[in-house]
Amino acid sequence: MGLRETILSKSIYVFHLSSGSCNNCDIEILDCLTPRYDLERFGITLVGSIRHADVLLCTGSTNRLTVPIIKKLYEEMPKPAFVVAFGACGSSRGLFKDSYNTGQPLDEIIPVDAYIPGCPPKPEAIIGGLMKLIGKIKEKNKGK
Amino acid sequence: MSHKAHVPIGPYHPLQEEPEFYKLVVDGEKVVDVDVRIGYNHRGIEKISESKNFDQSIFIVERICGICSSSHPIACVQAIEDIADIPVPERALYIRSINQELERIHSHLLWLGLAGHFLGYNTVFMWAWKYRELICDIMETVTGNRQNYAMHKVGGVRRDIEREHVSYILTRLDEFLKQLDMLKGAVLDDPVIHARLKGVGVLTKEAAIDYATLGPVARASGVDIDVRRDHPYAAYDKIKWNVITREEGDVFAKTVVRILEMYESASIIRQCLDKMPQGPIDSNPKDIPAGEGIGLAEAPRGECFHYIKSDGTNSPTRHKIRAPTYMNFPTFKETVIGETISDATIILAGIDPCYCCTERMLIVDTKDKIFMNVEELIRLSQEATARIKEKMGIK
Repeated sequence: MGLRETILSKSIYVFHLSSGSCNNCDIEILDCLTPRYDLERFGITLVGSIRHADVLLCTGSTNRLTVPIIKKLYEEMPKPAFVVAFGACGSSRGLFKDSYNTGQPLDEIIPVDAYIPGCPPKPEAIIGGLMKLIGKIKEKNKGK
Repeated sequence: MSHKAHVPIGPYHPLQEEPEFYKLVVDGEKVVDVDVRIGYNHRGIEKISESKNFDQSIFIVERICGICSSSHPIACVQAIEDIADIPVPERALYIRSINQELERIHSHLLWLGLAGHFLGYNTVFMWAWKYRELICDIMETVTGNRQNYAMHKVGGVRRDIEREHVSYILTRLDEFLKQLDMLKGAVLDDPVIHARLKGVGVLTKEAAIDYATLGPVARASGVDIDVRRDHPYAAYDKIKWNVITREEGDVFAKTVVRILEMYESASIIRQCLDKMPQGPIDSNPKDIPAGEGIGLAEAPRGECFHYIKSDGTNSPTRHKIRAPTYMNFPTFKETVIGETISDATIILAGIDPCYCCTERMLIVDTKDKIFMNVEELIRLSQEATARIKEKMGIK
């Protein structure tokens, strides 16, 4: 495992993007950083700029205005980059798939590495999902 | 020479059904103008609702806003009940009130935490969100979910409050009130918070009436308006409680109103649990006739309005929603002009527009190509607090 991946699996910097969600997922993400769940003990923290991020956490069904933003943000991310589709809307567009303003599903816009389903996912599920992602990063780079 | 820069806030505001894009024009430190554009988070909820049947549309409106996921369904089911004059069992009315007040406490705490964060008081942020977990625990016990409660249906509620849960709710509420006393003291007696919030972003009573503001924003400016009292629904006319108002209209008054409202909410929950009669929780309505109806509910941010028109089939032909932030947001223009850019974050937060808006702030100085993101804006705000602390000799 290369140095980069070793460091990456120890301290994941997450950029949180709301591509048209109802904000429940966003509340639960913030909730994970507060005392009861405290994701920072795993070295996971939210960052304000996409250029500092290792993981793009994307909540909400996409829409016509946010699809280009998602593409642009993914291109701007330093690689190796990972994408997590968050919540029912992020994973499958959920209730909003019939709407006239909803875009393609997230995994057709950019490659997605992990899905955290739920409406909204409970903080335990979020922690579980991110731990699985760390496992995946380690697994992917085992031979290197 | 004046040096004007544009500060875009947005572009999309992911937390509300009305996403906003604000462009502040700043001259040095002073905000001189503000421009609004909307439409980034449009999901077509009204149209989706018209393609679903009456039972399904309640789940759609629940997902308009994550924080108001009890107010919107209550307003929606009341609109449908209004069409058909559906009776609601008394026990269900009390359960609706309990659900609504729990939501109010959780929303106000969430707001208090974020306001603390914007001021550089991360302790307040962590405390408020820690104590919010107690309310989330009660929510999970009562409804089965931490968010998106799926509690309301036409003619009643989906889940009953079990007898054994009542004592659990009361102990948790006591525990919470003890912490809230401490939090209230920490926030309202702090000289720095006084210096930082008093006289900032003042919305006069006349302006509050002219902008037709709602909820805590109006009540902090001396407009005595509350749907729960003026147009009683659920069990609010059967219990005693007070509408909290303040005259000052600044961000501090808005904070006081929200904190004191949490005490009222806790008292309402207690009275509801005490007075709640036994009996059915659902009247099992069958058909919705043709007609139109309105439903009102006092969401944590103000009045939430739903209009539903039915043609006798099982789905609405028109579903119109007006959420409180739609009315409260324009007051940002009234309050922010003339203030400094370091106060802009807290003034915007004072309206309680949900935080993601401010998290996506970005300053683009077109002349000097200066880029500032939300962290720098928060840093500016936190530095202002530090300066005040230094002046007061507080470490």
